[in-house]
Amino acid sequence: MLIYEHSRPGRMARAQYVAAEGVSSELANDLGVHARSSTLGLPEVSELEVVRHYTNLSSKNFAIDKQFYPLGSCTMKYNPRGAHAVASIPGFLKRHPLAPLANSQGYLSCAYELQNYLKDVTGMQAVSLTPMAGAQGEFAGVAMIRAYHQKRGDHERVEILVPEAAHGTNPATAVMCGFVVREIPVTKEGDVDLEALKAAVGPRTAGLMMTNPSTCGVFERQIQEIAETVHEAGGLLYYDGANLNAILGKVRPGDMGFDVLHMNLHKTFATPHGGGGPGSGPVGVGARLAPFLPTPTVGMDEDGTYRWLDHKDIPDTIGRLSSFMGNAGILLRAYAYARLLGAEGMNRVGEYATLNANYLAKSLEKAGYTLAYPARRATHEFIVTLASEAKHQHVTAMDFAKRLLDYGYHAPTTYFPLLVPECLLIEPTETESKAEIDGFVAAMTQIRQEAMTDPALVTTAPHTLPVTRLDDVKAARDLDLAFKVTA
Amino acid sequence: MAETRDNVRYLPSHEWARLETDGTVTVGISDHAQDALGDVVFVELPEVGRAVQVGEEVAVVESVKAASDIYAPIAGTIISSNEALDSAPETVNEAPFDEGWFFRLQPTDDKALNELLTPEDYRALCAADDH
Repeated sequence: MLIYEHSRPGRMARAQYVAAEGVSSELANDLGVHARSSTLGLPEVSELEVVRHYTNLSSKNFAIDKQFYPLGSCTMKYNPRGAHAVASIPGFLKRHPLAPLANSQGYLSCAYELQNYLKDVTGMQAVSLTPMAGAQGEFAGVAMIRAYHQKRGDHERVEILVPEAAHGTNPATAVMCGFVVREIPVTKEGDVDLEALKAAVGPRTAGLMMTNPSTCGVFERQIQEIAETVHEAGGLLYYDGANLNAILGKVRPGDMGFDVLHMNLHKTFATPHGGGGPGSGPVGVGARLAPFLPTPTVGMDEDGTYRWLDHKDIPDTIGRLSSFMGNAGILLRAYAYARLLGAEGMNRVGEYATLNANYLAKSLEKAGYTLAYPARRATHEFIVTLASEAKHQHVTAMDFAKRLLDYGYHAPTTYFPLLVPECLLIEPTETESKAEIDGFVAAMTQIRQEAMTDPALVTTAPHTLPVTRLDDVKAARDLDLAFKVTA
Repeated sequence: MAETRDNVRYLPSHEWARLETDGTVTVGISDHAQDALGDVVFVELPEVGRAVQVGEEVAVVESVKAASDIYAPIAGTIISSNEALDSAPETVNEAPFDEGWFFRLQPTDDKALNELLTPEDYRALCAADDH
């Protein structure tokens, strides 16, 4: 039921009501012909109705606060409440972004230190916190690669190479920055096809965009040789930080030879994720791209005061990406998270993310599931392929995913990466206990049994949720998104 | 087993290309491809008059599972797009070799078609896919 369907003429929330009459006529005078003459078309409901409506809706959601959420490639890990508490300290919360520097030294010191932590953990030379989300971080990274080649007068470099197993947004970013995308195939073991890469690089190569570990859930073993190949051809290497969680504290992209990366703080550094909430996609660069960092960044003068660095300090910057420096509240959460973990805790993130993924992969293999890369050690995530179940029992990956909802688990990522048929991409993250993972394995074992003995039970799932199986074909073909208000 | 046609040539990426009697080439996706994609919900077609190189991305097909690029099997100029797919994308599932065609082009050199996969080659490729 929509909030509009609760609407009754004349209902309102008195306590939330601003004494409007007087103000509105005055405003109407000021606005003149620009004043709205029609009603707003908002629902008319009481405060209690609003509270109940949204509280009930939220309880129907699948969420990390309610259940295991093994959504591969998304790193839906638990965000410690402590990080939220720190970001909510009134001094942080009420700071105006245009407040004088002298009144913002506390916030600026946190941002400055966060830049340093991110440099340390990624092995880069400089960091800008300014990109508002992962997609903008990617854009900033590739825009810097472009600026680098242009500054050198190297105008022939128009191609960005993207392996098949890269994160899906990479080709889109390259195109947005005006490059032509060339796809590099991946071998059966999930590594980049080095021979194909060597054949593809040349004077037209601007760079290579890679996710390592890749979306196949395996670590790219020939990364050093790949980096050398691209660098020798005059190209730069871009690291997509989507899967940084797997290697946090263990391997650094800077040491692998990458020139630039973006980090999804909402994945790796425990800030809110999903639902279109505020994102954060800082970029880190090696020495070659440091002159092009997006502004502002935070610097510290010799006397220990912090200040914004802008185009006067970074003259070759690709420029600003938003009005201010990223989403301040998200950066503060990431800062608090980094401080909570410390260097030792940071190490354990990658270790436990990997341990949990491998334990879950082996458990599912024992339960009869087929791993897409059985010979490889999983990183933080792994792929199960249900091609055989789809062929013999006519039960697809989507059916398994839907049936999991009946067991109280959010489904893993389905049908991604595209190169594995009928796949589930599963990422337990480091924040789940063994008992929780065992519960998931038990549900998967049960569903597999159902698929063999009573496939219809699985193909028509979910059965226990407020909404059962949706006609997703009709939904996609006949888009109907707007509720029409009948006033 | 998915249907194949003997009067067309194929790409490893599952497009088919058919030389028509008037010298133009019609392009679509194979039965195997539509089956793997599942229900097609949207097709983005190239503009008429566009010159395309072999291997260039010229169209996009979206199903409930995935979006895939469609590549030009041969160089030439687009002379028509199957606009009926805008309102009835399911035609790609129902008749991939007939009414579900994507676009037609005037080839620069139709002999280039001979470099594409033969029906036998393509059947072998699909069989390996299905293993």
